[in-house]
Amino acid sequence: MIRLFGILAGLFFTVAVMWSFATGAFVAATEGLGEETAEHAFHEHPKDLHLASDGVFGKFDKAQLQRGYQVYKEVCSACHSMKFVAIRDLADLGYSEAQLKAEAATWQVPGIDPNTGEATMRPGLPTDYFPSPYPNAVAAAAANNNAIPPDLSLMAKARHDGAAYVYSLLTGYQEQPAELLKEFPGSKTPTGLHYNPYFPNLNLAMAPPLTSNGQVTYAEGNPEPTIDQMAQDVAAFLTWTAEPTLDKRKQTGWPVLGFLLFATILAFLAKKQVWSAVKPSRKD
Amino acid sequence: MSFPWASQYEPKNGLTKFLDEKLPLPRLVYGAIGAGYPVPRNLSYMWNFGVLAGFCLVLQIVTGVVLAMHYAPNALVAFGTTEHIMRDVNWGWMMRYAHANGASFFFIVVYLHIFRGFFYSSYKAPREMIWLLGVVIFLLMMATAFMGYVLPWGQMSFWGAKVITGLFGAIPVVGEPIQVWLLGGFAPDNAALNRFFSLHFLLPFVIAGVVILHIWALHIPGSSNPTGVEIKTEADTVPFHPYYTAKDGFGLGVFLLLYCAMLFFLPNYLGHPDNYIEANPLSTPAHIVPEWYFWPFYAILRAFTVDFFFIPAKLMGVLAMFAAILVWFFLPWLDKSPVRSGHYRPMFRKFFWFGLIPTMAVLFYCGGAPAEEPFVMLSQLATAYYFLHFLVILPLVSSIEKPEPLPYSITEAVLGSDKKAVLGENTTPAV
Repeated sequence: MIRLFGILAGLFFTVAVMWSFATGAFVAATEGLGEETAEHAFHEHPKDLHLASDGVFGKFDKAQLQRGYQVYKEVCSACHSMKFVAIRDLADLGYSEAQLKAEAATWQVPGIDPNTGEATMRPGLPTDYFPSPYPNAVAAAAANNNAIPPDLSLMAKARHDGAAYVYSLLTGYQEQPAELLKEFPGSKTPTGLHYNPYFPNLNLAMAPPLTSNGQVTYAEGNPEPTIDQMAQDVAAFLTWTAEPTLDKRKQTGWPVLGFLLFATILAFLAKKQVWSAVKPSRKD
Repeated sequence: MSFPWASQYEPKNGLTKFLDEKLPLPRLVYGAIGAGYPVPRNLSYMWNFGVLAGFCLVLQIVTGVVLAMHYAPNALVAFGTTEHIMRDVNWGWMMRYAHANGASFFFIVVYLHIFRGFFYSSYKAPREMIWLLGVVIFLLMMATAFMGYVLPWGQMSFWGAKVITGLFGAIPVVGEPIQVWLLGGFAPDNAALNRFFSLHFLLPFVIAGVVILHIWALHIPGSSNPTGVEIKTEADTVPFHPYYTAKDGFGLGVFLLLYCAMLFFLPNYLGHPDNYIEANPLSTPAHIVPEWYFWPFYAILRAFTVDFFFIPAKLMGVLAMFAAILVWFFLPWLDKSPVRSGHYRPMFRKFFWFGLIPTMAVLFYCGGAPAEEPFVMLSQLATAYYFLHFLVILPLVSSIEKPEPLPYSITEAVLGSDKKAVLGENTTPAV
């Protein structure tokens, strides 16, 4: 009885789903598989980017992180917050305690006047988190043509190929290709947006932030601050802000795997030893 | 039932004698996973996954309890406290990655455990109850994992919760009130987050309880084995300890190596980048996908694209998705073949390897892909086969098929038919 009901139920679901299939196949045969879109045809995968922190042995390049921080501070931070990162976290980048205090003081953070209790701005302390450039989301939207600049703390983990995506986006601004307009005449980049094939829908509210070589002046001994170099440096920096514990994670991983390998070999030998008496080889 | 040759627990010193008299816990453990539990001598490594699943449950509870000490289930701060765990809590990043990847590995071992059951028909008499409890555990795991994924309150958390609770909205008449009642509002918000946290904390302990029943039910008939032939004599068995504790120890080592490689070197590989974006009810992600372990069932849900007579497409998808798992409950009565092991069932074996396994692979792939062609049509074909396999092919095959000859006993299967050489003096027949 159960089998009869089962077979009937099975046929019910099969017929129902094949009904959907047949309808879909009919539509596909008569109307094709949907129209090609400009977003699909012209979107590009991120460029290759190699960072010191890549790979299972990779470690952050502190000099590069410091340069990336400088780019963030002088360029990105005008519009983008980084609310999950504290100024004290910069110690990872190789700054001394005194340097951290001095660096923190260069940021203005919201505070409370101890005498009047009124909201005020004060120089930052290492314990402060990086301040947002806007007092609230409404102000951020109002200042940016209704597109709120996303928080950058986790950007490198919040996109596929995060660091490469950041690097590609920063260096990917270009004129809208003529073929695109020929194929998709309705897809002209709207006023106020900027064409960038690395952005999922191709048109981005953010104006090109890195516009000229030497826009940021690097300290002596560092590479030339070309647009490409600055983009790489800030991508490296955002890899760090997204996961400051990355180095520690990999450094912890190796001894753990080493120990487990040793323990697993021991366990295998123990298993062989235990079973040796009862497991003669098969005769056939 | 216990096998008559099972060795009996004997307390050796004053303390164990005292315990044995007042609370015979050591005796229970000895009989359950010690030398007092005779197990078929021919279990393959496919029989490691039950112990590994138990290990994963403990791992999830331990890491989860620690995470709960630092996490706050409030929609305003949940995302921030998750980042606080990742950045400021000592070894918090390790705990969270261990928990997130632990969930994935829990599902990997449980899927292997279930498909082992499919191939060797572990659901057949006398083990129906073990199977039924196992399906209950799987359903509880799915509920727990779904609610756990909501807790970080990222974009996929929020939209996943919205889509999945929206499924209840497909039920005619009462659907929408049920959805509002489940969420505590019209959309996922603080009320939903709070109850999901509470239930996410509770359900693992419910799972632990059902696991105890699962193991209890297992000890009535004893473990099945790759031949599917029941235990006949003592020579067919070895005591669980040390034989299978040693084998499971090695299996655990291999498991931990793979798990830790993932945890320390690719911790976000199985996750979705969008969940590192804070939940935003005003911005819908381009593709809403659940965690990878739900993909096959998500593909079935989305396979129903047009109304079937008076049944709306959405309701049909919801029915099919739940039916896809509920059908497992009926397997013991759908598959009537007297032979258990797929090794001796030529026709069943072909449908398993060339039907069910590729179908699951297609469903898995399509469930993670965007809802576009050709994925929709592929998932429709695979969904059709999925239901045909369990509900039509399995019952029919068990009637038509002519099984291959079975070995006389487990011992014969292991050592060939020269019984003298093996049985020796241990020829006590099983009761």
